[in-house]
Amino acid sequence: MKKRLKKVKLFDVINVLLMVAICFLMIYPIWYVVVNSFSEGTEVLKGGIYWWPRNFCLENYSAVFKNKEIYTAFGITVLKTVVGTVTSVLFTAMVAYGLSKSYLVGRKIFMVMGIVTMFFSGGLIPYFLLIKQLGMLDSFWVYIIPALFGFYNAIIFMTFFKNIPVELEESAKIDGANDFVIFLKIILPVSGPVLATIALFNGVGQWNDYFTGVIYITNEQWLIPIQTFLYKVISESSSARIVANMPASVRNSMVTSTTIKYATMVVTTFPIVCVYPFLQKYFVQGIMVGSVKG
Amino acid sequence: MKQRNSDLWKRIKQQRFLLMMVLPGMVWLLVFCYFPMYGCQIAFQNYRITDVLGSSEWVGLKWFAKFFKDPLFMQVMKNTLGISLLKLLFGFTAPIIFALLLNEIRNIKFKRVVQTLSYLPHFLSWVILGGIMITWLSDTGVINKALIAMGVLEEGISFLAKPEYFWGISVISEIWKELGWGAIIYLAAISGIDPSLYEAAEIDGANRFQRLWYITLPEISGTIAILFILQVGSIMGSNFDQIFVLHNALNDSASNVVDMFVYKIGIGNGSYSYATAIGLFRSVISLVLLLIANKVTEKLEGSSLF
Repeated sequence: MKKRLKKVKLFDVINVLLMVAICFLMIYPIWYVVVNSFSEGTEVLKGGIYWWPRNFCLENYSAVFKNKEIYTAFGITVLKTVVGTVTSVLFTAMVAYGLSKSYLVGRKIFMVMGIVTMFFSGGLIPYFLLIKQLGMLDSFWVYIIPALFGFYNAIIFMTFFKNIPVELEESAKIDGANDFVIFLKIILPVSGPVLATIALFNGVGQWNDYFTGVIYITNEQWLIPIQTFLYKVISESSSARIVANMPASVRNSMVTSTTIKYATMVVTTFPIVCVYPFLQKYFVQGIMVGSVKG
Repeated sequence: MKQRNSDLWKRIKQQRFLLMMVLPGMVWLLVFCYFPMYGCQIAFQNYRITDVLGSSEWVGLKWFAKFFKDPLFMQVMKNTLGISLLKLLFGFTAPIIFALLLNEIRNIKFKRVVQTLSYLPHFLSWVILGGIMITWLSDTGVINKALIAMGVLEEGISFLAKPEYFWGISVISEIWKELGWGAIIYLAAISGIDPSLYEAAEIDGANRFQRLWYITLPEISGTIAILFILQVGSIMGSNFDQIFVLHNALNDSASNVVDMFVYKIGIGNGSYSYATAIGLFRSVISLVLLLIANKVTEKLEGSSLF
């Protein structure tokens, strides 16, 4: 008995250590970027900054915010995230509300139409040609309209709407309200959790999307979001151009293209790191609802 | 018949507001999902960018034949399947093991902290994570410094410039990003297991490992099955968002997956018909794999997607 107790304890100790190690591996690379972004450029080039900034400075950040290219890209990202999330959440909820009514005329056809799109797509090129034909190349709308709807999210909404007691709607119906008014005034106000869940999924998706900017923005470079900007800096190793774009006043030994890259990464990531721990509840809910068989 | 028709009209009229809410969504599906499917016809045509869709010359299976005969066909398929199967083997099982181990942690607070920290990388984009990987894996990066300090290496290796490391890098970095996130769904499934099952097992003298093996695993096997089906359905995909960031000219022979190839041929070279044919081939195979996985798990496990 005693021996078994000891064995269990040994397992617990190893398990806890393993978890600590996993957390460390997950977080440390990000921490590395943070400390380097607060260090002086020339020190970073020498290397060896692992735990704490060396010659702490904020110049990298002020350089980031003085760079017009980064500044614009950041603005585009905020704008597309806000507009894209709000429109897609409301639009998807509206469609899903109609679809959640089992007596809807043609519901079966609509559902099949939607489910097919979850498992089959036309592929990159026909989609690219469509965007081109719609005149959305080099347009801000390419971030918004193609992201307006998604059937997976619609199913999450429908599952939620089906569980709202009908009595809520019935009293309004007796008062002569139409379905759209009921959706706006009765359904939306009680759907806080599911709205938050989908808004978060879409918001993070919008914020992190870099590919749309790479492929559909070809000439109007000022329209690229910050993630696409970073992609270009990283993949084309053209970080030199970040420094070249700096006003002479900030070009000094404290700032190098590497540290500016790090600082841009931190600025890009910061909003997400701030919100995600508080929203854990909603994400878990979202995954669970979504995993219920459609 | 007439009666039924007028009934239908009556119902449509009654539901006009609901229908007006649903139809914009259906129009969106038609434009952004079904129109590209209709556009797939250019895979069987000689499409030039000036052509109106549907008016191009039909060429049958020419582009498919070209793909199968392409000297890069073997390379592309090998990379796609290799990376995907490794991800299925390690990337799919790691979150299950992580969830089971995390579930054994007794201290709730510690458990929650571990969980929250572990899925931070999921919320960062592949550009950020890829950027970190590129810096770390360079010949003067942190990984090389650590390996040299430990005496494993004599001098730094530029890992991302060597094709032989690419598959491993792509699998490990995907685990980094998705381990904690992937575990959430299993942890939720575990917390939904009836506690009386464990109590009964404890009375019968089952130890911790036996409880895990005979209760926890069978109870979450339905969840595992559904996620497995979805994963099999994405074997032809191999996560383009990730590969696109980590790909470079030097590791191309190991990172040239189907999606990458389609991108290069279609967007890069402007061979729209050829690229569409490859994309269509990929979509069809994916669908077939999904259906097969669905059937097999239905037989073995009793869980299925449809």
